[in-house]
Amino acid sequence: MSAVIESHNHDDHHHGPAKGLTRWLYTTNHKDIGTLYLWFSFAMFLIGGAMALVIRAELFEPGMQIVEPEFYNQMLTLHGLIMVFGAVMPAFVGLANWLVPMMVGAPDMALPRMNNLSFWILPVAFFILLSSLFMEGGAPNFGWTFYAPLSTTYAPPSTTFFIFSVHIMGASSIMGSINVIVTIMNMRAPGMTLMKMPLFVWSWLITAYLLIAVMPVLAGAVTMMLMDIHFGTSFFNAAGGGDPVLFQHIFWFFGHPEVYIMILPAFGITSHIIETFSRKQLFGHTSMVWAMTSIAILSFVVWAHHMFTVGLPLAAELFFMWATMLIAVPTGVKVFNWVATMFKGSITYETPMLFAIAFVVLFTIGGFSGLMLAITPADFQYHDTYFVVAHFHYVLVPGSIFSIMAAVYFWIPKWTGNMYDERLGKLHFWLSFVGVNVTFFPQHWIGLAGMPRRYPDYALQFADWNMVSSVGAFLFGASQILFLFIVLKTVMGGKKATPAVWEGSRGLEWTIESPAPYHTFTTPPKVN
Amino acid sequence: MNEGSKKTIKTLCFAVVGMFTFSFALVPLYNVFCEVTGLNGKIELKATSDKSIEIDNGRDISVQFVSHNNEEMPWTFKPSEDVIKIKTGKYHTATFYVKNPTNKKMTAQAIPSVAPSNAASHLKKLECFCFEQQELAPGEEALLPVRMIFDDELPDSIKSVVLSYTLFDVTDYNDVELTRHHHDGDDEGHEMESSL
Repeated sequence: MSAVIESHNHDDHHHGPAKGLTRWLYTTNHKDIGTLYLWFSFAMFLIGGAMALVIRAELFEPGMQIVEPEFYNQMLTLHGLIMVFGAVMPAFVGLANWLVPMMVGAPDMALPRMNNLSFWILPVAFFILLSSLFMEGGAPNFGWTFYAPLSTTYAPPSTTFFIFSVHIMGASSIMGSINVIVTIMNMRAPGMTLMKMPLFVWSWLITAYLLIAVMPVLAGAVTMMLMDIHFGTSFFNAAGGGDPVLFQHIFWFFGHPEVYIMILPAFGITSHIIETFSRKQLFGHTSMVWAMTSIAILSFVVWAHHMFTVGLPLAAELFFMWATMLIAVPTGVKVFNWVATMFKGSITYETPMLFAIAFVVLFTIGGFSGLMLAITPADFQYHDTYFVVAHFHYVLVPGSIFSIMAAVYFWIPKWTGNMYDERLGKLHFWLSFVGVNVTFFPQHWIGLAGMPRRYPDYALQFADWNMVSSVGAFLFGASQILFLFIVLKTVMGGKKATPAVWEGSRGLEWTIESPAPYHTFTTPPKVN
Repeated sequence: MNEGSKKTIKTLCFAVVGMFTFSFALVPLYNVFCEVTGLNGKIELKATSDKSIEIDNGRDISVQFVSHNNEEMPWTFKPSEDVIKIKTGKYHTATFYVKNPTNKKMTAQAIPSVAPSNAASHLKKLECFCFEQQELAPGEEALLPVRMIFDDELPDSIKSVVLSYTLFDVTDYNDVELTRHHHDGDDEGHEMESSL
């Protein structure tokens, strides 16, 4: 997006970006790297989305029409992995790169060369993962949760490549997190105390700590798989004294904090957008910080709610049920704070605000279905049905992804210096909003009616709502092409943006000109 | 880069290495936790050393034996009796029949599981074929014994216990001392007749 930024730099000690391809290969500039992350994540979003459409096309009617069941499983697995590790996480890292230094008044990220490395190993990881589609035995086919022994004893040979790609993604995330934490802890402008920090920075500080804590556990899990497959160990092999249920414990010890890694930055983004377009200071800044911190801490003690049906003892089922429900308290604090911020505000409904309000409403729906799933006895009925699919897509698509889109519309004038086309932005919002609900809301019903997830075929009574869901998916998919068009159009030109961009904007990033110069805050600003 | 940044980086790298180590520490933690609490129906793969659990006036319970073959394990594997009535606090020997119907020498490992899982910690075994790998020549058959006792602490609500064994083909794992993976070389009481 910053490809068109013309850098008019008045500082003699610095220079603008280099020319050509090497600018992007060798760059250590946080804005360039942010742009790379965002475009990479957009590409992965479209690839993962195309895979989702293969799935929905097959499920349009009962019976097998388009793909073989084996290929369906591969699409299902890659869709999940690409969306989680390739689309949502890199998009948030890209936003952190662009925004964290500008928001805390730092000239760049703390470790610029490592920043370059942590981006450029990502395309390598996904090249390895995607290339497994063309290997003998096909791509990984065991679902994004890669439960052993499906992913060990019964896995295709390409699983080894999958393991290495996960290692690389993990290394990238860990390096990115170290960078974010060091920047925030050591490079804030004078006067910016921790509690004065903008909420997006806070949300990323907490997210980065979560990543540091759990990405090594994911690395450990795939390393154990690698050893079981190639070196004759029996971590997850019952014949050798191992235990497949152990895999689920280790995976979800990583997996549940991972879920919050994908939503906490969204909380930060939403807070900024709602206060800006309500033209009011955010209600309860301090309680927002505490809410995010408690959500992050609680995320380490709820993992077994993903595995209520493996045969946990009653005491554990009760503990994990109550611990899970407890998370609704800080989450509720956040939702009420957003509503209270809008209350009696002078609200206008520009595209970022529309996405942010939709985020609050639809994420809350996903939260409520999460509470239903937390009820242990009910979960025995809902487990591995489309109800679960509907639940986590509600928190991830109109949750995380809507917040990323909101962030792009909100900050793209700062990045490119151009306003996006408001009319097209609103059209994109409404198409996405309708598409996402038509796709995922009926999945609650077919799930409660008993349709299991992860199958390429289903019983006849589920046919109608599956057809509706598929129509919604293609509408949602097509509207993202419009999003791509809008972004490209904004990068190419448009109405020039002022430094403040929005009437109610608050924060350091709105004090610098639009587009943001290649180097900002080389002398730290003073924060009161 | 200032000193503060260097310190933060060091701490974070330490945390990363620590969490990676912790993920491997979860494996023994999990096994110890399951065995101590008897969760997951796991029982210790070693003979009991407790000699004082025998009593005379225990109550009646029934024990059902279940045998499974993992995947394509070709052996015949079944309990000699499906259900037995025993008293708590009294030793009883049950046997399982195995036969290797193939024309190659094979090695097997049986993995036990107890349901309901809160009965697991009350089941003690003096000897069990599951303590060791079993090797059978082509066409060979055997009766494998398990000598066991339920202590009198078994909760009153439990009237019937299922003891299930899954037989795994470990012919290709020959070099690995499998039970050791579980119990770091605790060889006590592993001697037994492997075939009759």
